[in-house]
Amino acid sequence: MRTQNATAYRFLAPYLLIFSVFWVWPIISSFLISFQATRTVPWRFAPTFNWGRLIGDPAFFNALKNTLLILVIQVPVMISLAIVMAVLLNSPLLKARGLYRFAFFAPVVVGEVAYSAVFRLMFNLDFGIVNKLLNSVGVPKIDWFSNVTPAMAVIMIAVTWRWAGYNAIILLAGLQSIPDDVYEAATLDRVSKVKQFFYITLPLLKPVIVFCAVLSIIGTMQLFTEPFLITERGGPGGGTETLGLLLYRQGFRSLNFGYASAIAYTMAGLAIAITLVQLWLTRDPK
Amino acid sequence: MSSLSQARLARSIALHLFLTPLALLWLFPLWMMVVFSTMPDNGIFSPGIQLLPHDGFLDNFNNLQRGTNFVGAISISVSVAVTYTFLSVLLTSMAGWALARYQFFGKGMVVAIILGTITLPYAVVLIPQFIMVARDFQLANTWVALIVPPLFNSLGVLFMRQAFSMMPHELFDAARVEGVKEWRIFLFVALPLARPMLAALAIILFLASWNNYLWPLLINSQPGAMTAPVALGTLIGLTKVSWGGIMAGAVMLTVPMLVVFVLLQRHFIAGIAAGAVK
Repeated sequence: MRTQNATAYRFLAPYLLIFSVFWVWPIISSFLISFQATRTVPWRFAPTFNWGRLIGDPAFFNALKNTLLILVIQVPVMISLAIVMAVLLNSPLLKARGLYRFAFFAPVVVGEVAYSAVFRLMFNLDFGIVNKLLNSVGVPKIDWFSNVTPAMAVIMIAVTWRWAGYNAIILLAGLQSIPDDVYEAATLDRVSKVKQFFYITLPLLKPVIVFCAVLSIIGTMQLFTEPFLITERGGPGGGTETLGLLLYRQGFRSLNFGYASAIAYTMAGLAIAITLVQLWLTRDPK
Repeated sequence: MSSLSQARLARSIALHLFLTPLALLWLFPLWMMVVFSTMPDNGIFSPGIQLLPHDGFLDNFNNLQRGTNFVGAISISVSVAVTYTFLSVLLTSMAGWALARYQFFGKGMVVAIILGTITLPYAVVLIPQFIMVARDFQLANTWVALIVPPLFNSLGVLFMRQAFSMMPHELFDAARVEGVKEWRIFLFVALPLARPMLAALAIILFLASWNNYLWPLLINSQPGAMTAPVALGTLIGLTKVSWGGIMAGAVMLTVPMLVVFVLLQRHFIAGIAAGAVK
């Protein structure tokens, strides 16, 4: 095919324009801003001003610790659950498949604010339905939002509820691309269903699982709305503050753009590092 | 033979016994959202367990509307989401078409950069975007601010590139031989053929715009310019607040999308699953 530079770039122009203005330049710009002192006008170049503050800031390490804690617990739990959902939804034995799909996939359309409000109300100390139900089976009520551990648990439960089905949809598409005859051959050889799952399904699904894990890690890394709305600005006492929330407070409450940019680049660095590790761990052995 | 079918039956029962409670648990928050939205606040605060809807939705809605102009916010959300979806589908499919159908200088690099942005946290562009739109362009609290910066999306372009590159090229070559211009081939041959993919893309983009929270929270913070999720978010955490009203707002944001989801499930799922088939 001959090259068609002019035609191609005419089609690409609007997209690339938006991309350059609202992505390429900001990526460069926030990197530069992170090396500037932005508390006073005019901003001045001060390479260690924000980064120096970052490495000695207990608020940053608290947010980092909380973010990583959520990441390490919530993402594996959610991905495992999503795999279970996808495999079971794919079972030929399942009746009323549409109803089950609806139940698991419906949270995908629910907005962050709407579901944050519901979870906040459900886990309320005195009149939340969760405590009422726990009480009715003899479990004393839990003060979910006044203690760090249960508050973290609520955040993780909420995020898992919202995103497990989303990942299950992607995994289900991956499952359906595995040819049936692989399983038929295994069944003829009397390989049990459990063994089929571990020795056929999981290995063949690996690239899709990695894709889901990477997307989830990047999403959870930036977690903002849930600690902002469910646990009331990262409460109790910063116990659920995440990097996303710290960035919001520094950037848009204190209007300290330089420090917020340094936080943003820390998140990017972490996301890239984790993605690379993930890709390396799951590389094809060749 | 009968032992085999008995084993199948046992497995089927076990499957449903496991999946049904899980499905009910998953539906529970949505169900409670609806129940709360129909309960007067003194009902929500009462000690009893109430799992069935009441008839207080309108009262709750009136409470909500008194606290914030929710209907106004909804109309902003709808207009913005519709405009955004139209523009984004157009932009994304044009770019996808170019990447699928033409050989050009820099193509590999464009694709690589788009792929690279998937793993880049949005936080990295957020602050400069805000400075640019609010301070440099002075566009805070406008529709343009809500619509234009989110127009870039990477998965959508890859999805459309995939859609166009699967079409047999004879379709387009015939038109070219006739001397039909490239943009007409795109508009009148390629786009109609890609209708199912466009539907999937449009649904996902509409939903993304409808539910978008962080960017509208930052850029359109004036009461008259807020989108519905932002307006609702301002009520959460206030000390004197009608929870029934908040739940009524949550229902108004969620139920229309659930209806769309049920009606267009196939497209919905195709759009999300497309993330996997890069």
